[in-house]
Amino acid sequence: MEFGFKLSPSSAIELDKIDLSLYEKVCEIEPTAKTCISCGSCSATCTASEYSGMSVRKMLLDLQRGRHAEVERILSHCMLCGKCTMVCPRGINTRRVILTVSRYYDNVEAGL
Amino acid sequence: MKNNILIIGGGIAGMETARQLKQLGLNPIIVEKNFALGGHVSQWNRLFPDMIPAKEVLDPYEDSLEGVEILLGTEIASINRLQKGWSVTLSTGKNYSCKAVVFATGFRLFEAEKKEEYGYGIYDHVITNSDLENWFNTKLDERVPEKPQAVGFIHCVGSRDIKAGNTQCSKVCCITAIKQAIEIKEAFPNAEVYCFYMDLRLFGKKYEDFYIKAQRDYGIHFIRGRVSEVSETIDGRVQVKAEDTLAGKPVKVRLDLLVLMSGIVCNRENEGLAKAMEMPLDEDGFFRSRNNVNAITEADREGIFYAGTCTGPKTVPETIAEARSAALCVYNYVKNNK
Repeated sequence: MEFGFKLSPSSAIELDKIDLSLYEKVCEIEPTAKTCISCGSCSATCTASEYSGMSVRKMLLDLQRGRHAEVERILSHCMLCGKCTMVCPRGINTRRVILTVSRYYDNVEAGL
Repeated sequence: MKNNILIIGGGIAGMETARQLKQLGLNPIIVEKNFALGGHVSQWNRLFPDMIPAKEVLDPYEDSLEGVEILLGTEIASINRLQKGWSVTLSTGKNYSCKAVVFATGFRLFEAEKKEEYGYGIYDHVITNSDLENWFNTKLDERVPEKPQAVGFIHCVGSRDIKAGNTQCSKVCCITAIKQAIEIKEAFPNAEVYCFYMDLRLFGKKYEDFYIKAQRDYGIHFIRGRVSEVSETIDGRVQVKAEDTLAGKPVKVRLDLLVLMSGIVCNRENEGLAKAMEMPLDEDGFFRSRNNVNAITEADREGIFYAGTCTGPKTVPETIAEARSAALCVYNYVKNNK
């Protein structure tokens, strides 16, 4: 039946309902991932950022909010240059974080 | 007047000032409106950042204040200027002539029920930072569930809030929230803990390390965004709504316990006293120092001094350091005004 209007889905993130398994896996391999303070150094220095929206800060936050489609989209632009690792004031091994997440998606794609 | 120095307030600021003045050979008199010394600190459990018991800070005063005249359950009835010094009449009717008066009147915690949208006193599982300290001490509070799965902390309750009447940052709540979040995680390792903050102001020694520990070792979730409203779910839990301002998305979470970080605000009881003595208050309601750089412990009136949080939010170590400084100022004042 056509009512003449549509309902938009809620964009709210329900913190107690999101899937954090990937984030937890990343933290197991790279515990420093938990210490991000969203300062944005990584995104500011990123070579790919201004052309593609690549941002380790956003990717880590999306990971913590269970927004996996976003994580995958952002990461696809990474060139693994490692500049973000150099500038991170918390000493987060961003490169290892990125590789861990990428490996996860590779496995998902390969059906492992 | 035998070098009498009247100290108004028997919290750590008043006690430390008295302890030092006694050592300097003056005659401090503590007037405390409650029936015990120790002030707010006597209500706390452990103190950041070393987590030493608050008791360890308070206990030594018992010995070091021996011989000091302490008047409990007593308030100031009136204070009058003498040619040299001050004449103080107490609520008990006693009168003292003093060379100087030290205000160590402290602060009060913001009344969380004033932020109605957070539901303190309305919902069953909303408590304040002060209630939580009391729970750490006694393990008695019906509002704290036996095995909470999720616990939230709201920073800046009543602080940095013009509408609540307090523009100032209460300074100690960021680190207190982190301390209490860690303690909750220690008590309930399986609980998810969320801190909702506007800024994290971790200025003190070891505070930032404490924050890193909370993130890395305790997995506490920090969400930047001020909670807009709290409601109760049908099953009696607490639902919190905020914007995750870093993600630019609204967030919702259901909790078993919500802790409101009530801020340090000025002690309104001082208003009458300040008026009677023609002492100016700052816009934030705290006492106004002669200046805020090198005369924080001095009032603009001769022979009046300050120690501790009566001039603004301070940590315990800052308060103790300031009390010592105030004692030295009093000592020099008395010496130079014989």
